[in-house]
Amino acid sequence: MTHPLTRDEVAHVAHLARLRLSDTELDLFTAQLGQVLEHAADMNELDLEGVKPTAHPFGLVNVVRADEVRTSLDRDEVLAMAPDAEDGRFAVPRIMGEAP
Amino acid sequence: MSARDIAARVRAGETTAVSELENSLAAIAARNGELNVFLHVDDEGAYRAARRVDERISEGLDPGVLTGVPVALKDNLCQRGVPTTCSSRILEGWRPPYSATVVERLVGAGAVPVGKTNLDEFAMGSSTETSAFGPTRNPLDPSRVPGGSSGGSAAAVAAGMTPISLGSDTGGSIRQPAALCGLVGVKPTYGLVSRYGLIAFASSLDQIGPFAANVADAALVLEVIAGHDPMDSTSLPEASPRLLEHLDDGVAGRTVGLVRELLEGADPEIVAAVRRAADTLAGAGANVIEISIPELHLGLSAYYLIAPAEASSNLARYDGVRYGLRVEGEDVTATNELTRSAGFGDEVKRRIMLGTYALSAGYYDAYYGQALKVRTRMIEAFARAYGQCDLLLGATTPTVAFEIGAKAQDPMAMYLSDVFTIPTNLAGEAAISVPFGVGESGLPIGVQLLGPGRSEARLFAAAAVLEAS
Repeated sequence: MTHPLTRDEVAHVAHLARLRLSDTELDLFTAQLGQVLEHAADMNELDLEGVKPTAHPFGLVNVVRADEVRTSLDRDEVLAMAPDAEDGRFAVPRIMGEAP
Repeated sequence: MSARDIAARVRAGETTAVSELENSLAAIAARNGELNVFLHVDDEGAYRAARRVDERISEGLDPGVLTGVPVALKDNLCQRGVPTTCSSRILEGWRPPYSATVVERLVGAGAVPVGKTNLDEFAMGSSTETSAFGPTRNPLDPSRVPGGSSGGSAAAVAAGMTPISLGSDTGGSIRQPAALCGLVGVKPTYGLVSRYGLIAFASSLDQIGPFAANVADAALVLEVIAGHDPMDSTSLPEASPRLLEHLDDGVAGRTVGLVRELLEGADPEIVAAVRRAADTLAGAGANVIEISIPELHLGLSAYYLIAPAEASSNLARYDGVRYGLRVEGEDVTATNELTRSAGFGDEVKRRIMLGTYALSAGYYDAYYGQALKVRTRMIEAFARAYGQCDLLLGATTPTVAFEIGAKAQDPMAMYLSDVFTIPTNLAGEAAISVPFGVGESGLPIGVQLLGPGRSEARLFAAAAVLEAS
């Protein structure tokens, strides 16, 4: 059900993960990630039909807390640690085109 | 001196927290340049905390069971106002606006945090070599690694810089460095210790735990940091377990399973040490049986899909907007990409990509979905073993501490050094590594005791038997 990892797939995944890789990095990571996936192929030999997946060891669901007013993080302190902030908000490069 | 002795002497007025802090800072100054244990020493904050402890003592108050005990924190634990990097360029210069629950609890018990220790970048590694700020060296042999990812916290205790420290264990990151540095290291039951303020790597596997030079100190620290915390929704509902009062319970009448798979591939000197440990437990009245849990073979494969999958999601937050590094690009996407490409090291990039791939359309079922089913099998297999045994015994690591650089260029070889510790994390259970003898090279060997969830008291009692032999 699986095939060897290709360089194009690694490039695609890097884009999904918002990473820019050099040609050298692409070659290196294709080989190294391929090895890990090859090792993981031992799982494919198992018959896991009907086995339920475990995403959390104790299967906790819907943990809720009392709806009480509490002190939250200090806004200025949080924004002071951001690369850029303006008027009480995180600032980012322009995301829309120039206004006409 | 043990943490308990320090606390007792400060409480009795025989020494002061400031004087204990000075000893700690002197030990750090003596060897940190050589070993690269601490990324940041918070002298000022530590003196403030120590003076506060001494003032309370002089007022006739009792600051707590860790009165005046210097403690080192792995640098993925948030302490308000103190630089916290996860050993990554992407968080360089960031100072958290809040403290982790474990830090609040340590300080609340009278402990004095002295600084932040080196780790593999975002706790991804087994040698502390993937740190963006250089490797930590093993205090017992500086040509070798201290293990990882909590290598700095292990080295701090092994070098006598602090009597105790905290690490985090996602696939062995406390137990493996504890073994390689000759310390006691504990991976508590998932949910026993609050993860609030632990910078997330793989949230369903991460757990904070202590390093100490002896079993009782480790138990004391775990008692202080464990117990329900409403700030972590995966926190177990109960209060902290009583560990110290069960330390002398022994192992008489306990059935201990010596697990074949937890010895496979280990060096002969390690296997021999584990067998001696089994004999010691038997000599103390335990019924030792040899068992096989073939499902453990699948742990590594499942782990290296599940942990990267969770990491790829957790690390999506480092986008150059809210904290740390930003490398400005022509638009937001370019800024995200340039920031992440410059800020993350190779191992972090590898795991983010592996996880993104395992979660991507077309591969989700084959990789991530399959790994989650293997996780179920692992939990069932452990449950069967614990139907027969009270505790399990095996090696913590396949080898003693290896040379710096020996595995740095070969990710798969590095991953294999976690083969004995990973299954416990997948199952959400508890395990402890205890020093038990030394190898031919004179370097320490750790043996691992494993138990079901919430079995810490039993594990510590067995660890105490091994320590006393």
